[in-house]
Amino acid sequence: MRITAHPILDFGQKKPLTIYLEDRPIPALEGEPIAASLHAAGLTTLSHSLRFNRPRGLFCAIGKCASCMMEVDGVPNVRTCIVPVQDGMRLRYQSDSAISPGNSACPKNHAIKQKKTKLAIIGAGPAGLSAAIYAARQGIEPLLIEEHFLLGGQLSKQTHKFFGSTSHYAGVRGIRIAQELIKSCNELGIETWTSSSVIGIYPGHRLMVIHNGEIVDVSADTVLLATGASEKNATFPGNDIPGVYGAGAIQTLMNLYGIKPGKRVLMIGAGNIGVIVAYQLLQAGVDVAAVVEAAPDVGAYRVHSAKLRRLGVPILTQHTVSRVWGGSRVEGVEIMAVDNRWQPIPGSAKRFDLDTVGLAVGLSPSIEIASQAGALQSYIPELGGYINLRTSNMETSVPGLFVAGDNAGIEEASAAMMEGRIAGLSAAERILGPKPAISSLRAEVHEELRELRDGHFGKRIRQGNAKLTEEAVKNGLH
Amino acid sequence: MDCTNTGCFAIDDLEFPDDDRLKKGAVAVVECSQEIPCNPCSSFCPQGAIKIGSNINDCPHIDWTACNGCGLCLGYCPGLALFLIDNSKEKPRLTIPFELTPPVKGTEVALLDRSGKIVGLGQVVDCRILKKHDRTSLVTLELENPKQLRLVRGFTEVNK
Repeated sequence: MRITAHPILDFGQKKPLTIYLEDRPIPALEGEPIAASLHAAGLTTLSHSLRFNRPRGLFCAIGKCASCMMEVDGVPNVRTCIVPVQDGMRLRYQSDSAISPGNSACPKNHAIKQKKTKLAIIGAGPAGLSAAIYAARQGIEPLLIEEHFLLGGQLSKQTHKFFGSTSHYAGVRGIRIAQELIKSCNELGIETWTSSSVIGIYPGHRLMVIHNGEIVDVSADTVLLATGASEKNATFPGNDIPGVYGAGAIQTLMNLYGIKPGKRVLMIGAGNIGVIVAYQLLQAGVDVAAVVEAAPDVGAYRVHSAKLRRLGVPILTQHTVSRVWGGSRVEGVEIMAVDNRWQPIPGSAKRFDLDTVGLAVGLSPSIEIASQAGALQSYIPELGGYINLRTSNMETSVPGLFVAGDNAGIEEASAAMMEGRIAGLSAAERILGPKPAISSLRAEVHEELRELRDGHFGKRIRQGNAKLTEEAVKNGLH
Repeated sequence: MDCTNTGCFAIDDLEFPDDDRLKKGAVAVVECSQEIPCNPCSSFCPQGAIKIGSNINDCPHIDWTACNGCGLCLGYCPGLALFLIDNSKEKPRLTIPFELTPPVKGTEVALLDRSGKIVGLGQVVDCRILKKHDRTSLVTLELENPKQLRLVRGFTEVNK
């Protein structure tokens, strides 16, 4: 299941380790999460559903869902997709995922550590990294908190070259942009806490963070949320069988950890993500049976879908997945044609024997922390669902609480980076007071962002942002 | 075949240089007809032959008298949407930007149209790998006839 040769990526030599699942030794490589090692060994069942004990596997692979939770070294409810392997680690299936950790897993020392910072940034993807860099350049020393053990977020698995202006990374692969942003963060000496989860936010910008196995009480003057989004599932029988993955999870497995998700894949959804991931599967040496799209037209940029078509992968529009079957692993999928009212056409079923189904059916903004902080939200379908209301400078209804990236509206990474810059500058302005240098730089980024959203494909975002502004003004923001 | 609603470009919607220009040597053609905010093809063309309007969302247009067929734009375009076509040699040649494992020179290939259908047989006559293209290779194929310069956009190795 490991990728041995790749046209774009080098996975290099990593140190072999051994982990144990129910006392059975499993080979692993240093620097990969537990779930990846298990997957590479062909072990795709990670947990079981509570009521019917159905096998469950990876779905998001980035710590957003709960389907990969296992007991690790005696600690239950560990998200095995974002915890790196260590030699000799002992894993057990959880018989009941509602188990309370009990006293054994609680920190012994209840004297909670304190930490003060001017700016706490949560999430080190394209938005969070950009925000940290732009705030740090204004002389702020931000604290960057990331729950994954790696920085870069979803940018670190984007092997394709980005569109946009050559003045803003166009023609550069996402993986290289991530490396550049991380390098800038290091050069600026930004304090980064990886493998650190924010478990609560309280009035006065107080965050409770699990960091190095302890709870740290972080008091921040300002907080910037760049928490991203989670992949949506779709409703069909068998949608929880291991082997039904979010398209992003497939990308994470193959592009970040060098592991093939399966042998043959059907991709659901012909937007940019579905089409790009289907193409990247071919680059990883995985067979793609087809891309299925319920709408009458392909939503992806034509240049992306054209790349896939000329390699012989069909895109079946006006088709939907009707069911998936299998036991502890997907064995096949049935699709059906749909009519103009999106209803399945009887007798149109087609079946594919395959072991993997990718779902690229949209993303939901991760607004939980903002919500707990009391920030106002509104339902704006064009931006992905419930969205934090905010000013154009990315400040929410809670003064000093900023947002950027997918949790401020689902868009792509270039927009996330620009929003991160704007939010980082705005947070700096809040701390330092108004400065002409900050506002002129921010105006430049606003103009770049306006240009990026100006075309045909930016229409939906423009409509969503117009609604959001209207709602924000109605609620006294701006 | 109208395949626009299934993700590929229809040949009738595309523009090509005339036969006289093709006889003079390689020339770039672009298959990019949607408003995408993007400009590397224009920024990197050493001849200044690719124009995008003042709005970065406008589609690129190539001045086929200025284009000298160097092929640099092919490896910079993030959409792999530029190709070189050349009818100046004994057999017509097509150059494709390629991001799977680069094929070896001399490899016999099946020629594919924009929808992936096999439309003929050809051979890899060149594979250029430039550092500045960051692993996008430029694969040049020898085709069977000039008609295929407009028709063929992909290939697959015959023994696969």
